[in-house]
Amino acid sequence: MRSRVLAAIAATATAALLAACATTGTPAAKPGPTASTAPAKPIPQGLDPAARPDAFPSTYLPFPSAATAIRGATILTAAGERIDRGVIVFEGGKIVAVGGPDTAIPAGAVVIDGTGKWITPGIIDAHSHLGVYPSPGVSSRSDGNEAIDPVTPNVWAEHSVWPQDPGFNRARAGGVTTLQILPGSANLFGGRSVTLRNVPSVTMQGMKFPGAPYGLKMACGENPKRVYGGKNRAPSTAMGNVAGYRRAWIDAADYGRRWDDYRAKIAKGEKADPPKRDLGLDTLVGVLRGEILIQNHCYRADEMAVMIDVAREFGYRISMFHHASEAYKIGPLLAREGICFATWADWAGFKMESYDGIEANAAIAYRAGACTVIHSDDATITQRLNQEAAIAMAAGNRIGLKITEAEAIAWITLNPARAIGIDGQTGSLVAGKRADVVLWSANPFSIYAQADRVFIDGALVYDRRDPRYQPRSDFELGQPGEGAFHP
Amino acid sequence: MKRALIAFTILALATPAAAETVAIVNARLETAGPAGTIPSGTIVLKDGKIVAVGAGVTAPAGARVIDAAGGVVTPGLIAPSSSLTVTEVEQVSSTRDDRSGKLSAGFDISYGVNPASTMIPLARQTGQTRAVVTPVLSRGGDGGHKDDSGAQDFAGGGGGDDAEPMMFAGQAAFVSLAAGDLDPVVRARVAVTLDLGESGARNAGGSRGAARVLVKAACEDARAFARNRGAYDRGATREFGLSRVDLEALIPVVEGRAPLLVRVHRASDILQVLRLAREEKIKVILEGAEEAWLVAPQIAAAGVGVIIDSQADLPDSFESLGARLDNAARLQAAGVTVAIMGSRDVNNMRQQRFNAGLAVANGLPREAAMATVTSNVARIWGMTGVGTLAVGQEADVVLWTGDPLETSTWPVTMFIGGVEQPRSTRAFELRDRYAKPAAAYPPAYQ
Repeated sequence: MRSRVLAAIAATATAALLAACATTGTPAAKPGPTASTAPAKPIPQGLDPAARPDAFPSTYLPFPSAATAIRGATILTAAGERIDRGVIVFEGGKIVAVGGPDTAIPAGAVVIDGTGKWITPGIIDAHSHLGVYPSPGVSSRSDGNEAIDPVTPNVWAEHSVWPQDPGFNRARAGGVTTLQILPGSANLFGGRSVTLRNVPSVTMQGMKFPGAPYGLKMACGENPKRVYGGKNRAPSTAMGNVAGYRRAWIDAADYGRRWDDYRAKIAKGEKADPPKRDLGLDTLVGVLRGEILIQNHCYRADEMAVMIDVAREFGYRISMFHHASEAYKIGPLLAREGICFATWADWAGFKMESYDGIEANAAIAYRAGACTVIHSDDATITQRLNQEAAIAMAAGNRIGLKITEAEAIAWITLNPARAIGIDGQTGSLVAGKRADVVLWSANPFSIYAQADRVFIDGALVYDRRDPRYQPRSDFELGQPGEGAFHP
Repeated sequence: MKRALIAFTILALATPAAAETVAIVNARLETAGPAGTIPSGTIVLKDGKIVAVGAGVTAPAGARVIDAAGGVVTPGLIAPSSSLTVTEVEQVSSTRDDRSGKLSAGFDISYGVNPASTMIPLARQTGQTRAVVTPVLSRGGDGGHKDDSGAQDFAGGGGGDDAEPMMFAGQAAFVSLAAGDLDPVVRARVAVTLDLGESGARNAGGSRGAARVLVKAACEDARAFARNRGAYDRGATREFGLSRVDLEALIPVVEGRAPLLVRVHRASDILQVLRLAREEKIKVILEGAEEAWLVAPQIAAAGVGVIIDSQADLPDSFESLGARLDNAARLQAAGVTVAIMGSRDVNNMRQQRFNAGLAVANGLPREAAMATVTSNVARIWGMTGVGTLAVGQEADVVLWTGDPLETSTWPVTMFIGGVEQPRSTRAFELRDRYAKPAAAYPPAYQ
C-alpha cells in the first residue's frame, strides 16, 4: 500500500514537471501525429490546481530600515551559542555579522548600546489563533473552526484573519515577530494554516510571510469526537477519528492520481477532460507531495504513535505535534521520527487528554533528543513565550537535566521555524538570515524581562519607550484603553 | 489511580500531623507585613505558630534547624479566588463542584471540597498554602484555550438562557491545602459571589439595568425575610424573587457580616457596584476589574479590595477595553488593596506568583507584589492569623530556592500550621517515571 502511494506521488511529481513544460511550450509537449486536432485548450486557471498555487500572494514588504549595530549585549543566537558582550550588525533587512566585542561595526551604522541587555532572534509562535479568534472575543468574529464537517482541508485560515486584532500588537511587544495562524481543532482536518510576519497591516496579504509553506491542521482526540459526536454523527469515538483520517487520505491519493492521469494524457497529446478541482483534496495532495506541512493537534502519547502510523500508511510526514502533553512518554520515538512537538510549560489537567501533562514535559522529551517547541495557542501566553520557555527549562533543571538558556531559546525561535518550514530564512541569529531581532531589558528567561525593541527584517517595529513605535489597531482608537496597554 | 489515592490517605493517617519546633536560619525573610524584608535572619515555628522572626533571632535549643543558605522565606501564598479542591478536571463535569445550576446564593461550595484532589499537592508546589474557593455561575471558567473554544461555540456553553434569572453563584469557603487534612474547610459561607457586567446582564435576561434591579430587590427580599421568618413560614409575606435557602444565604451579606464578591470588569460597572454597596450598606470585594485603574480613587475611597489577574491586557470583551498591564501598580499607588490571582481554574494555577512578578515588571514595587499574593489576600477576605511572617501568626511558611516571583525558582520546603508538607505530586510521580531511561519492563512497573 505504502509503496503504491509513494509511486503515485512520484508520478504526480513527474506529471507536474511535464505540465510545467507544456505551459512554456517546450517541443516535448507537442501533440503527436495521431492528434490531428489543435492542442487541448488550457483549463481556466481557477479550475487547475497547478495554475496558481499562490492564489492569495503576499504583498508584504519590509519597513524602512537603517544599517544597525547593537553592542555590549548578551546574545543568544539560537544556533547554540551564547556570546557575552556581543555585537550584532544588520543591514538591508539581513543579519550581516554576529560576534564578540571585536566585531567590526560598519561606518554610518546606527549604534545601540546594549550593555546589560540581552539579544535573541525574534520569537516565533507556531500555534496562534490571532486574527481568527481575535479580541474582543465576540461570536461575530469567531472564525477559527468551520465546525460543520469533520473534514475541511478546503478552508484556509488566512481567509479568517482579521488584521486589526489588537492581539498582534500585544504579541509584538512580547518579541513575537512571526506567527503561524491555525484553524481550531474541532475538525479532523481543520484547514490550512498561514504564516504571518507580525507587522501591522490593513490586509492579511500585507502580513503574509513570503515563501512560507502552508501547513494543514489535523486534530486528534477529544475535540473532533466531542463536536461531531454531540451532533450525533461521525466521528464520535477515537476509532472514528482514525477512520476519518484514513478515508480522507484514500480520497486524496485517488484525486491526485486522476490529475496525474489527465496530465499524462495531455502530455502525450491525447484528448482528456480535466478532473473537477476540489479545494480540500488539493490541500491533502499538497501534503502527499511534501509541499504542505502537517501540524497535528494531539495530546496523548498513544494517539501520537497511531498518527505516526497513519502517516506512514499514506506516505506523508508529520511536521509537528501540537500540545503534546505526553511527549515526555515518547521522547525517543519523536526523536527517531524527526517530528517536532510543541507544548506549554504546564497548561494541563483541563481535560482527560491533558490530565497527564507535567511541567517537565518539554525538558524530558528535549533531553531524549526530540525537536522541542514551546507554543501559545493563546493571546495572553503568546506575549510571554520567553517566560513559558523559562518555566519549562526550570522544571528540567530541577531534576538535573542541565538545560542552558542558549539551548532553550531555540524552543521559541529556531525550532518553531523548522517546524513551519522557514528556518532557512529566520529563527536564529546567523549572517544572511532575516534580521528578526529582539533587544530585551534583561535575561529573557527572567519574569522581570521586557522586550525593549523589536526588529523585523531589520526595521524597528516596536520600541517600549517610544510611542511612535507602538502601533495601535483601528479597533482601539477612541476606546477607553486607546490601544495602550503598558506603562 | 484510585489505589494511589488510598495509599496516600493511609499514609496521611498513619503519620498524624506533628507540629514540631523548627528554625529556618540564614534566610532572606520577605514578611509581607510591617517588618518588610529582612535580608538575612531566622524564623522559628513552634506549636503551629510563628514564635520568632528577625535578624537577631537564634534557633532555640532542641529545634530542628534548616539552613536556608540564602534562600527566601515567605508566608504561604493564598489563592484569592479559585476552583481548587472543588474541581479535578475542568471538562469532566462529574469532577466539578464549583457551580450549582439550581441554587443561587444558597449554593454552598464547602460541601464539595475534596481533600484528595491531585491538584492540592500541585498547588503547594506553587507556594500556595490556603485558598478561597469561590463558586462560578456557568461552566465557562477561564481555563479553556482557543483551540477548545469550539466546544463553547458549538455546544452552547455558558449559562444564562434559563428562564430564572440567576446572578448569585453561591457561597465561598476558606480551605487549607495541608496534606492529610480530612476536613480542610477552615470556614464555610464566607461570602456570596455575584456576577455583574456582561455575565450578570446575560443571566438577568439581557441587560445591566435588569441585573442591578434584581440584585437590589434580592437585598430587600433578604432583609424582609430576615425580619419576618415566621410570617414567611405561614405564607403571610409577599412573594420573594429567591428561594428560602437563597434568602438565608444573603442575610449575612445584607447585615454587613459577610462580603459580596462581585465579578465585574468595566469602569462604569465598578462604580455601580460601589454605589450599590453604599446604598445597601454592604461590604463588597471586586474580582476581575480590568478597568479598575480608571476609577482607582473611587475604589480607594470606598475601601474596597480588588482581586485581579495582572496578565489581563487585551480588550477581550467590550467590558475590558481598557485592560492594562499596570492595573495593579496604578491601583496600589492610589491606595487600593490589591490581591493577584493566577488562573482561577486549576490548570495553569502556578501563574499566581508569576503574575505578581509580571506586575513588578510593570511598575508595582517588589514588596507590594509579595503582599498581593499573601497579606493583601488575607486582609481583603478578613482572614486572621495568616498572610504575614509575624509572631503569633499561623506557621504557614515557604522556603524557596530564590526569588519566589521568578521563573527559575521552586519551593524547597513548606509548612502549613507548622507541619512540614510532603513534596510529592502526581505530576512528579509521572515525571520521575518517564525521566529515566527505558527499562526491560514497561514504565508501569516502576
